[in-house]
Amino acid sequence: MSGLAVLIPVALFMGLCGLGFFFWAMRNDQFEDLEGASHRVLIDDEEVIPDDKTV
Amino acid sequence: MNATVTLDDLKTVDDLEDSRFAVPGMRCAGCISKIEKGLLDLPGVDSARVNFSTKQVAISHDPELTEDKLKTAIGQLGFEAQILADNPLSEDRGDTKRLLRALAVAGFGMMNIMLLSVSVWSGAMGVTKDLFHWLSALIAIPVIAYSGRPFFASAAMALRYLRTNMDVPISIGIILATGLSLYETATSGPHAYFDGVVMLIFFLLAGRVLDGMMRDRAREGISALLKQTAPGAMIIQSDGTTRWTKAEDIEAGMLMQVAAGDNLAADGIIIEGRSGFDFSMLTGESDPQNRTIDDEVLAGTTNLTAPVKVRVTAAGKDTSISDIARLMDEAGQHRSFHVRVADRAARYYAPAVHLLALLAFVGWMLAGVGWHQALLISVAVLIITCPCALGLAVPAAQVVASGTLMRNGVLVKDGSALERLAEADRVILDKTGTITMGHPVPLNLQQLSVEEKSIALALAQSSNHPISKAIAKSLVGENVSPAKIESVIEVVGKGVSAKWNGISVSLSRPSKGGDSAATQLTVGEVGQRIILKDALRPDSKATITKLFELGLPASLLSGDSMEAVTPIALQLGIMAQANAKPEDKVDTIKRLSAQGMKVLMVGDGLNDGPALAAAHVSIAPGSASDVGQQAADVVFTSDSMLPVALSVKVARRTMQTVRQNFGLAIGYNVLAVPLALSGMVTPLIAAIAMSTSSLIVVGNALRLYGAAK
Repeated sequence: MSGLAVLIPVALFMGLCGLGFFFWAMRNDQFEDLEGASHRVLIDDEEVIPDDKTV
Repeated sequence: MNATVTLDDLKTVDDLEDSRFAVPGMRCAGCISKIEKGLLDLPGVDSARVNFSTKQVAISHDPELTEDKLKTAIGQLGFEAQILADNPLSEDRGDTKRLLRALAVAGFGMMNIMLLSVSVWSGAMGVTKDLFHWLSALIAIPVIAYSGRPFFASAAMALRYLRTNMDVPISIGIILATGLSLYETATSGPHAYFDGVVMLIFFLLAGRVLDGMMRDRAREGISALLKQTAPGAMIIQSDGTTRWTKAEDIEAGMLMQVAAGDNLAADGIIIEGRSGFDFSMLTGESDPQNRTIDDEVLAGTTNLTAPVKVRVTAAGKDTSISDIARLMDEAGQHRSFHVRVADRAARYYAPAVHLLALLAFVGWMLAGVGWHQALLISVAVLIITCPCALGLAVPAAQVVASGTLMRNGVLVKDGSALERLAEADRVILDKTGTITMGHPVPLNLQQLSVEEKSIALALAQSSNHPISKAIAKSLVGENVSPAKIESVIEVVGKGVSAKWNGISVSLSRPSKGGDSAATQLTVGEVGQRIILKDALRPDSKATITKLFELGLPASLLSGDSMEAVTPIALQLGIMAQANAKPEDKVDTIKRLSAQGMKVLMVGDGLNDGPALAAAHVSIAPGSASDVGQQAADVVFTSDSMLPVALSVKVARRTMQTVRQNFGLAIGYNVLAVPLALSGMVTPLIAAIAMSTSSLIVVGNALRLYGAAK
């Protein structure tokens, strides 16, 4: 029984974390462009980043 | 607000504006970085973000940088872009997102409560069981309150109008079962149904989310294809300066400066200059029409050749385009009378279920088991009969079918379109742009030498005339590179002429005869005729045969003259009606509907808009006008006509699957209801029965994956 007092809150907490993470991902438009993400990996970073564009 | 702000004045901390463009041409990682970096190099652009999945780019920029300038900038990067309206679909998308959040919460609740329930089922006793029931209640109540809202809201809406829908029995079931489970928990009873209730909500929400995602996905595809009317115009102020004004702020009496290549934002009369106008958005007819001083020009048309000044006579809601939109609205009213299959089923299902639960309660009361036991049994009946499988039966089948169609280049706007498409038993086809390509295609380019081709391309590219565009498109398709030409002059109604290596060359005045047009390519002294024709779409004939085999006889209904329509009708071997105005098209459809036919209208132009809205179901090609695509239920993106027959076929397969799913759901009820009535259903049996029936229904729907083959 005493194990349950720890384990159930832990399980619930972890579930809530997952739920919170999913909400965060939705709010941050993580699912907006699934195809684009796989392509962006291939874009080469420019060696020098122009200063005036770092807005 | 400050008219003196110039483009170079980047220090102004004006609010940034967001614009979205459809860029269908991007295909690779290179395109993403090219567009994003290229746009960032443009002064006034704050950020540019490509969405590769929807082939769109969102740009945050200074208000002075107009959308037209951005479009040109994307054009200079080598991509064709189309301006998208202020995200008109964001509201709908918000809907699906809310459902998805509710689904996530229900999923979380379901899993945690299931964990607790499993230990109760496997024999937890006494205090442990009570504790677990209390914990379940603690999780379930907020989850039900949050995730159940879509059902409660819809049920309340239906009840307010004294109607019933699927959500009424669901809501009653959820509330009764929750209440009873709370009572059981408080009195240390043996059974609590929290797991069943939350699982029910989860499965039902899954069905709704699928339905919503299907709608969003198709609409996104369609909005990416939209060609937009001008979002605004350069208005000449009283002091002679011009100023960019949004379309909704334009009023009658203002003066518009319309550059060549611009779309008109309002109706008006030309007061200075003369030019050719492309009326294809309104008429579907691609031949440009010359307009000069005192002639009327309409919003939505494109100024092709020369700049003109236009005095606005009607703007905003008073334009001809808006009139047609109103006609469409009225014609489309009857559509709302179509009752979705699921709701039709609910009409019989809900009273039957409620009656059954009530009978169970009364019956067990008479049998003398006491109100508590009788209530428990009737709640078990409500839970077990709750239309879990029924709620998934329709959307699951429709989502899989619309996904299949999408892979074949057909976008279905919503599930109701599939239902109506399956019922159609008559096809009405528009001619220009629907059964034909809608734009001229050069027929005899092969007769030109390589040199002539490159000259023709160079000349064609310097003009906005539809025939020039058609020639340029075909030649670019043949990988011809344009010759170097100088001093290009375009004369409205005459053609383009230029100098090539000192020789004068020209593409001159196309002469129109019958249903084909021609243009003269002159190099020095030598002339060559290029003949163009508005060709039939590929597979038109095969499509009409297939539709006939499916039980949908076709006929043509065109606004064109008899002479233009007859050869096409003869070629296809179908009946035709010519000279039909938009009202006539609607009348024809209404007449057929009155005879009990379910008309499928296939059309593209603005003039088809009301007919598309009036028909039982409608399809438009991807090349259709803005209005045509908005009004149609289904849009196909290919040149070929075959998707029309394919979508009818798939829609029928879908409805067949939906009926099978209903059969399965009913079969499940036939087995489970006697168990529930006899009081033998425990929460464990309810959980197993619900998930099994849902899985079977989804599995059956997945068979539609290959339906398009």
